[in-house]
Amino acid sequence: MIIPLMRRMGQTIFVLFGISALVFAVFFATPGADPTARIAGRNAAPQTMEKVRKEYGFDRPLPVQYAIMMKKLFITRDLASYANRGERVVPEIMRAAPVTLSLVTGAAVIWVVLSIGMGVLAAAFKGSWLDRLLMMLGLVGISIPVFWLGQVVNLITQNSYHDTWLFSWVPGLGYVPFTQSPFDWFRSLVIPWCVLAVMFVGIYSRILRADLVAIMGEDFMRTARAKGLSPTRVLLRHGLRTALITFVSLFGMDFAQLVGGGALLTEVVFGLPGVGRLTYQALNSLDLPLIMATVMYSAVFVVLANALVDAAYLLLDPRVRDAR
Amino acid sequence: MPVNAPLLEVQNLCVSFATRGQMIPIVENISFSIGEQEILGLVGESGSGKSVTAMALMGLIDAPGVRITGMALFKGQDLLAMSGKQLRTLRGQEIAMIFQDPMTAFTPVYTIGWQIDEQLRVHQKLSRRQARARTVELLGEMGVPDPLNTANRYPHQLSGGLRQRAMIAMALSCNPSLLIADEPTTALDVTVQAQILDLMRNLRKTYGSSVLLITHDMGVVAETCDKTLVLYSGRVAETGTTQALFAHPQHPYTAALLASIPPMSGPRPERLPAIPGSPPQPLERPAGCAFAPRCTYSHATCLPAPPPAFHAINSHHKVACLLPMEGTPLPPRFSANTTATV
Amino acid sequence: MPPNSTSLQTTRDEPVLTVKDVYKTYTLNKGQTLKAVDGISFSVMSGEVLGLVGESGCGKSTLGRCLLRLHDVTSGQIIFEGQDITHLPERTLRPLRQRMQMVFQDSYASLNPRRRIGDLLAEPLKVHGTVNGERRSASAITQRLAELMELVSLPRAALARYPHEFSGGQRQRINIARALALSPRLIVADEPVSALDVSVQAQIVNLFADLQKQLGLTYVFIAHDLAVVRQISTRVAVMYLGAIVELGETDNVLHHSVHPYTIALTQAVPRPVVGTPQHAPLRGEIPSPVHKPSGCRFHTRCPAAQARCAHDAPQLRPIAPNHEVACHYPVLSHN
Repeated sequence: MIIPLMRRMGQTIFVLFGISALVFAVFFATPGADPTARIAGRNAAPQTMEKVRKEYGFDRPLPVQYAIMMKKLFITRDLASYANRGERVVPEIMRAAPVTLSLVTGAAVIWVVLSIGMGVLAAAFKGSWLDRLLMMLGLVGISIPVFWLGQVVNLITQNSYHDTWLFSWVPGLGYVPFTQSPFDWFRSLVIPWCVLAVMFVGIYSRILRADLVAIMGEDFMRTARAKGLSPTRVLLRHGLRTALITFVSLFGMDFAQLVGGGALLTEVVFGLPGVGRLTYQALNSLDLPLIMATVMYSAVFVVLANALVDAAYLLLDPRVRDAR
Repeated sequence: MPVNAPLLEVQNLCVSFATRGQMIPIVENISFSIGEQEILGLVGESGSGKSVTAMALMGLIDAPGVRITGMALFKGQDLLAMSGKQLRTLRGQEIAMIFQDPMTAFTPVYTIGWQIDEQLRVHQKLSRRQARARTVELLGEMGVPDPLNTANRYPHQLSGGLRQRAMIAMALSCNPSLLIADEPTTALDVTVQAQILDLMRNLRKTYGSSVLLITHDMGVVAETCDKTLVLYSGRVAETGTTQALFAHPQHPYTAALLASIPPMSGPRPERLPAIPGSPPQPLERPAGCAFAPRCTYSHATCLPAPPPAFHAINSHHKVACLLPMEGTPLPPRFSANTTATV
Repeated sequence: MPPNSTSLQTTRDEPVLTVKDVYKTYTLNKGQTLKAVDGISFSVMSGEVLGLVGESGCGKSTLGRCLLRLHDVTSGQIIFEGQDITHLPERTLRPLRQRMQMVFQDSYASLNPRRRIGDLLAEPLKVHGTVNGERRSASAITQRLAELMELVSLPRAALARYPHEFSGGQRQRINIARALALSPRLIVADEPVSALDVSVQAQIVNLFADLQKQLGLTYVFIAHDLAVVRQISTRVAVMYLGAIVELGETDNVLHHSVHPYTIALTQAVPRPVVGTPQHAPLRGEIPSPVHKPSGCRFHTRCPAAQARCAHDAPQLRPIAPNHEVACHYPVLSHN
């Protein structure tokens, strides 16, 4: 058990190194473009340029530049954004991360619960009007762009119907930390959660239904029925449990890419100061250190999540356990 | 219920599926009975409807547009008329089933022991520990070495033979009166098949179960079953005691099927007496005798509908063929070399 | 009388195929090795049918593929028509492939479902298609296709149809026709009838026998069904865990078996005769080919095993004319 885990760790570190090198190459080693000017920001003073060049070692060979960059990111954590008046980017991300995590975790709970419910119901009543209705709803969820849905919801809850009894509880856009007031934290996030979850509910319920329907044709489902188990037990304990293997691996990847900044549109629409919005701002102002930092943060998350998914896979599927 | 009534009596079982507005008759008018502690072999080639018959009895066919008619009296109750819930209490408890491929027939994510415990606990009031104790006992009785540890292993970790033993242990866990075995040894090697058949022959002594054995292998039937039912293209061709049926097959299909098996002893024939052609698809099934197009004895009276009625050779042996009725029965199968085994 | 024991006596002294001490080892993860074929030697004479029997995991299919170089062997030699083909590069091998063909178990998977039978059969004729140094003309191909259909008793109209329009038995006829297209000398058939129903199986076994006589073919016939192997083979090799345990003329091996495994195997075949005496089945199951027992591979299940068997691996040795066995204590009193 230890050796595969170690091997897995080694792989993870190797992948992270690859990503960081690639990102570094794209942003700082592109021929024909001076990274100094990009870091210093538009119309920077010559002194600033000189300072940046020294600090980042842009007058030294590329591997040294890479090492300096990584040191600034992970060890001294003093990578600073010149476009944004010398703000250090690592603490900035650390401040944004809890917001994103709150948003994505809440949405994930909603989409997992709803999609399992919808997928199982649709599979259980395969071919009925309920099945068709649920799958239609799922398709609608997938087709609605999240930024559009967010805007419409904002329009309704913040403007048109804000004064009705239905939406008068909705707070203004923005984020309230959990530590400050759990209730306000919940109130500020409940609508973003739902909006972010809509598409995933659609995708996951449809995938789960398809998996379950395929599994229902398996021999072991016939065995389970021949044992005299109730249809519910057959569907949940034998069918759903087996279908969860693919479900969980999909979930891990989606969750990771959202935490890594994939919830950008939702964050922007609802004014949540998360990692996604930070990336959005960094891109707007071409803030290279910040972009570098957010991309690395995202990569770390996705790669870690990938390792976690693999671990979950081992836990869920005994066949994989032995194959390793 | 009369004392001598059979355990299961199936009468005129028909199963048909609707496809593109057409009813496809998969199984037509199958009737048979199984007595207490009896092993009945249901034998036929692929597409003959033998598995569908078993699935229909278990109420496991849930395809849309399926129509099942007839009667299947199990201990006096009609299985085909039961509600899903009634049938469910019988399934696993009174009637259990084992399947061809024990690899895919177990849920891959649970241990063997968990799956046997589950069946026990659904039908009997047992604690987890009691159920596991019974499971380990059952596995041991089925000849599984080290049953305590084997119970904690996953299906893919066991060999085919052990999986099938575990499958049989699970099927027998609630002491069913009837065991339906659908090609239980087809996926196994010959030497392991011999072990499993040996185990199944002993079941009736130790568990008092009757067995409906579904197979395509005439050899398995001859070595295992008391009575045999030969299916051809969804219809019963011939039924009788295994002894009589193998010694003197009355239906040309049974006779030809037996003849086409390469012998393991005696002289090797220059060519095998093969049956020409292949069995008809359900929709192309002849209105008269389904075997007539491939039959060397077929003549004008075989062709018109309805299919030949059963002719009783004696009280234990019936055949759906006109030959015996017309006074020209087939000759017995073996003249001299019946005993000329290796 | 076996159907083909008299044919082609003249060419009998030269083997079509010789296999010398062939090993095929797969490396698994965790550093384990699987010796699928574990030191096998035999020859197949011209016009002979060698039946390879054994249960799952005995390596018979792997061996079959190695014979035609569909897999490369780990060590050993494969000699086809006097030429060592073990390490021939693919380009030199290609013309030889016309003379050795394979028929597989799954008749459907071996045929491209989107192509008509005529196209499928014409393909090898076009690819390899030289007769006396000249390419086959379209009419020559048409004529050859008609001949092939006749050989396997299918109507000529079948050429215009697709694989899914045929039954399993007919598809296997098509596979045989394809194997025959280039007039091979050797056919390796891997479980060619085991997916078929009994009544159809007999037709295909007969077809194999007829073609063998008619065209003077040489077969290596791989099957797990002893009765089928007995019907078609001149000689039989019984395999267990990657090695041959008994080899010889069919009657010798199957009716005067001396290896305890062969005896158990023949006894385990269910006979369609009521009242066949039942023998105690062999205990245990075939060990994993990854963890083979030491010494004689069969000693863990052998009813006659003695102390020596656990550490001393027996070699294949002649015990009678046309009869070899790999056993320290062959059962000579049998029968």
